[in-house]
Amino acid sequence: MLRYTLKRLLSLSVSLLVASIVIFVTIEVVPGDPAFYMLGFNAQPDTIAALREELGLNVSAFQRYVNWVSGMLTGDFGTSYTYRTPVADMIGDRMWISLPLALYALLLSTLIAFPAGILAASKRGSVADTLVMGTTQLGVAIPNFWFAMLMVLVFAINLRWFSAGGFPGWDGGFWLAVKALTLPAISLALPQASILARVMRSALLDTLGEDFVRSARAKGLTRRQALWRHALRNAMIPVLTIIGLQFSFLLAGAIIIENVFFLPGLGRLVFQSISQRDLIVVESVVMLLVFAVVIVNFSVDLAYALVDPRLRRRS
Amino acid sequence: MTAFDTSSNEASVLRQVLRSRSLIIGLVLSAVFIGAALVSYVWTPFDAEALNIPTKLKTPDAVHWFGTDHFGRDIFSMIMVGARTSIAVALIAVGIGILLGVPLGLASAARSGGWLDEVIMRGNDLVFAFPALLIAIMITAVFGPSAVNAIIAIGIFNIPVFARLSRGSALSLWTRDYVLSARVAGKGALRISIEHILPNIMNLLIVQGTIQFSLGILAEAGLSYVGLGAQPPIPSWGRMLADSQTLITLAPHMALFPGFAILLTVLGLNLMGDGLRDLLDPRLRNARR
Repeated sequence: MLRYTLKRLLSLSVSLLVASIVIFVTIEVVPGDPAFYMLGFNAQPDTIAALREELGLNVSAFQRYVNWVSGMLTGDFGTSYTYRTPVADMIGDRMWISLPLALYALLLSTLIAFPAGILAASKRGSVADTLVMGTTQLGVAIPNFWFAMLMVLVFAINLRWFSAGGFPGWDGGFWLAVKALTLPAISLALPQASILARVMRSALLDTLGEDFVRSARAKGLTRRQALWRHALRNAMIPVLTIIGLQFSFLLAGAIIIENVFFLPGLGRLVFQSISQRDLIVVESVVMLLVFAVVIVNFSVDLAYALVDPRLRRRS
Repeated sequence: MTAFDTSSNEASVLRQVLRSRSLIIGLVLSAVFIGAALVSYVWTPFDAEALNIPTKLKTPDAVHWFGTDHFGRDIFSMIMVGARTSIAVALIAVGIGILLGVPLGLASAARSGGWLDEVIMRGNDLVFAFPALLIAIMITAVFGPSAVNAIIAIGIFNIPVFARLSRGSALSLWTRDYVLSARVAGKGALRISIEHILPNIMNLLIVQGTIQFSLGILAEAGLSYVGLGAQPPIPSWGRMLADSQTLITLAPHMALFPGFAILLTVLGLNLMGDGLRDLLDPRLRNARR
């Protein structure tokens, strides 16, 4: 297990290193002079020179990259050009909306998908199965931001059960904050739950057809017992893969959904920064999100090895 | 696996197509929207870009079938023209994914276990760490928003999908007897990949292509909703939804119709993909039923 973990850790570090180079080159090298780009065509030469000095652009691209990465490693993400505040603080504030939102959605998606997928697989061909499959077909096809708008129309504007947007902050009480994140989380979770329920169903059906399940049945277990004791654990590998992949979609999706509900999360920050050409902020937020995705996939790999001892031995 | 070469086979394929409900519904829905996009080049009920303030925010009636928006533009016409944007962006992005991803996947499988395989697969993992939205954010931060950026972002996202799919299926084909005999006959890896492997993974590519097409439509809608996709005055479904958001209590029809257009197009393509998979992959047909 230790060797497996170390090997995965190495490939994780390489991924992050290459990703940081790609991000740095795209955002800081491709546009030419970032200071000129951020200030626009009408800027005076001395203003540009001052900004170049301020952003530390008067050194080679390689040196800038090293500064950027070593800064990030010590928690220094640079200073936002527009807001004149440390980027790390801005991200820190907003992460407390985006991350809980993505996790909340992941929780909802799993809570919906597992029972639905297990039900559909254990009662294959029944009305329940058809219903689950039909609903998930719709759930996969619906754009989540549109679903979010419809929920605002129904549950916030007409029924007044929730507020239509905004965030009271975690200081205003835990449940109030959770309530404000509920509609966004549901709209994020719906398409993911649909995908996950389908994966759960087909993975279970696949394992239910395998020899070890047949042996378990021959041993006298009912179909139900065989499903819970043997098939479910073996069906977890594809399900875990999808959950891992979904986390990155949920983080990215959160950026879009935040727009529907006017939540001041990372998404709002990134779109404001794009319109203000605040490249430093964009660069750091993208790196942070990629970091999150890579770490989650790494954890999924480790989770595989825990669920399936065969994978540990193979490496 | 050229199963469709005799006339009796053709007839049975047709029978299967007609029997598959999801394939029929999928084909009809997709045809409606692709048809709408094509017709919009020669005819729309109204000029989709013409502002007409006196008729603004009209609810659906006999003249404006889907009503009008806050500038008095005809929503039905905008949806027809918007279909062009969605379909073009998603289709080209699938093309990028196939043209770059499939050769990479085939090369990776042909050199399985070698350094080339390792480099390609690690590259794939890397691209997987960038959701399409993040790629779009980076490109837009540097070049500004446009439909082309949306195409590039979704296209890059599609590359590893096709690379992984073709590598995985090519790997198992490389162990087949007919590939072995082709190698014995002295054919090189490139020729084998093109002449023997590619034709046999075509079915899978078509099915995956349909799925990525539908994902591309969703992604394009999301990108143009947040302002990273097609820019005004080009109509796009995502931006129509963004425009409708502040007016949702006043004119819910502005939000309903573009949303349904996206939903039905994606649903149609997904159903078509499911139907095609059942039709083209007999293994699944027998195993999953």
